[in-house]
Amino acid sequence: MLSEYLPIFILMIFALAFASVMVLSNRILGPKKPNPEKLSTYESGMEPIRTARDRFSVKFYLVAMLFIIFDIEIVFLYPWAVTFDKLGVLGYVEMFLFIFVLLVGYFYIIKKGALKWE
Amino acid sequence: MIPLSWYLFLSLILFTIGVLGVLIRRNAIVIFMCIELMLNSVNLALVGFSSYIGNEIGQMLVFFVLVVAAAEVSVGLAIIIAIFRNRLTVNIDEINLLKW
Amino acid sequence: MNFYNDLLGISPVLIVSLAGLIVVILEALFKKGETISYFLSIISLILAGLFAIYTYSMYSTAFNGMVAVGGYASFFNFIFCVGALLTILLSKDYLAKRNINYGEFYILVLFATAGMMFLASGVDLIITFLGIELMSISLYVLAAFARTDPKSNEAGLKYLLLGAFATGFLLFGIAFIYGSTTTTNLKVISANFQNYQNDFLFWLGVGLLLVGFSFKVAAVPFHMWAPDVYEGAPTPASGFMSAVSKSAAFGAFVLVFIFGFNGTNEQVRYAIAIISVLSMALGNIIALSQTNIKRMLAYSSIAHAGYILIGLASANELGKQGVLYYSLAYILMQVGAFGVVSIVEREENKALNINDYAGLGHRKPLIGVLMSIFMFSLTGFPPFAGFVGKYYLFASAVQAKMTWLAVAGVLATLVSVYYYLNVVINMYLKEQPAEVLNNPEQEKISISSAFAVLISAIGIFIIGILPTLVTRYFEKLF
Repeated sequence: MLSEYLPIFILMIFALAFASVMVLSNRILGPKKPNPEKLSTYESGMEPIRTARDRFSVKFYLVAMLFIIFDIEIVFLYPWAVTFDKLGVLGYVEMFLFIFVLLVGYFYIIKKGALKWE
Repeated sequence: MIPLSWYLFLSLILFTIGVLGVLIRRNAIVIFMCIELMLNSVNLALVGFSSYIGNEIGQMLVFFVLVVAAAEVSVGLAIIIAIFRNRLTVNIDEINLLKW
Repeated sequence: MNFYNDLLGISPVLIVSLAGLIVVILEALFKKGETISYFLSIISLILAGLFAIYTYSMYSTAFNGMVAVGGYASFFNFIFCVGALLTILLSKDYLAKRNINYGEFYILVLFATAGMMFLASGVDLIITFLGIELMSISLYVLAAFARTDPKSNEAGLKYLLLGAFATGFLLFGIAFIYGSTTTTNLKVISANFQNYQNDFLFWLGVGLLLVGFSFKVAAVPFHMWAPDVYEGAPTPASGFMSAVSKSAAFGAFVLVFIFGFNGTNEQVRYAIAIISVLSMALGNIIALSQTNIKRMLAYSSIAHAGYILIGLASANELGKQGVLYYSLAYILMQVGAFGVVSIVEREENKALNINDYAGLGHRKPLIGVLMSIFMFSLTGFPPFAGFVGKYYLFASAVQAKMTWLAVAGVLATLVSVYYYLNVVINMYLKEQPAEVLNNPEQEKISISSAFAVLISAIGIFIIGILPTLVTRYFEKLF
């Protein structure tokens, strides 16, 4: 039973080994000339000015809510996509009805301006 | 083959953790997460049963549960935001205008 | 049955959902679309009600035995249409009064109604689950509809948290029943019921389902959300939640427990009987001490859940009919009573105290008479519908050799006389408050609301005097 998982196990070992070899060789072989620019959090030179543990706008929640809904509805598309050739015309029409209902919701969201940031 | 009872015990444990969380925690968002845990433990039981019995009804039900849970979370977040805008708190002990 | 017959069978649900979608589009397109949405919702509900009557004689199941059509389902579809229609008629002027006149209210009522219809016609536990969720999620939003009112927000949050909690139990019950029976179809479960008599998993599932349903019908000890939610929600929505959604949950309760599980067994029926007695006792006793009329009606609705549970505990023909009849009667009286409350209520949750009803019978004679009818009917005085309903339920308990249950019901009814009549006494025998007498225009009565309340009162009267008008449809349900 467990032997079925052997390839995955081997893959994991390879991945681990590869990653550690890369990181270690970088450490050992690479030149080290630190300067303040390089040591800052973002090497682009932008100073991080305040803590990241801050309240963020409630608008993010709105987008997150809408995202959850439309994201999860996709769950129904996968089983349909696998079997739609066996479901015939009816299955096709039903899925389009389903997507139409989602579109109505999407239309409503856009018209109400829920996706506008300002 | 992992026996069915293992799935069921795991599912029961998760469900109990969820129930306890709902009863003990006071932050509305955390309570939500616990309710999600309850629903997902049911999903686990359904999938376990489904593979044990050998028909697909349980797996089908899981899809519906996922979607319903997402809808519930969305509505929940919306209500929590409305409360936060009015009251600036999500602690359910402070949300007590109506006798609980 | 072919596909088109299936579609015809569930036409009430289709009409209501389609109307809901159209109203969504209308709301998106027009800034001030409330009036169109209002009329469209009314038309669609009338149409759905007519289709429910039209499909009554189908007696079958549709979509591979997933939903029942005709008979039982048609009856429930019809009464949900009536309840939703009354709610919508009541809500237009109320929403304007509270400054929350958004057309989304109608969308939510329509979707909740569609959910209820699925709930009370699901012959498959999956449909039961989906129906209960479609209904509940719409109702959560309805409860929190007055989004700037902290009380309404709070009602929504409490309803949502406890409702979702209950869903977890319901779902776990469904999972166990599926695990032990390998199906979710109630017809199959009912046919093979003998095989599950000693199956622990099955009875565990039944117990969890009982918990889930008890939450949804607000029966003790799973009632604690009800008073808060019904108090905080917009008043017509409270009526809708406490009466119509409760009937829907009872519709599914009967379908699952009596038709699906063949009336279950002795122990489960005793458990239901105990829940019923607790609900009647606690609901009525706490209602005695309430000063807010919405809260009083909320506690009394817990007691009414107890009365209806008698029918499920006795699980015989009479009990079944009692649940059906009482569902209709209860929708009419409770939506009517909340309707009067919504008419009397002034902006910002004012005039909700029972004392505010002092002298109402003299100021507004019609409203006073109608409120008295609702109170008498809720108490169970003849010749109103509440009496006939209680008669059926109590008689079913006697027939099932649970006389003590009927006695408990009668005693609980006696307690309830006090607080229901208290409202009537306030309306007719108490002094009118001076401030109201000085500004009579504060109490404007909206015509559509008064019309809805009048219809419910007439309905209570007619089915109270002629119960056979309704009961003859119970002879053949499937």
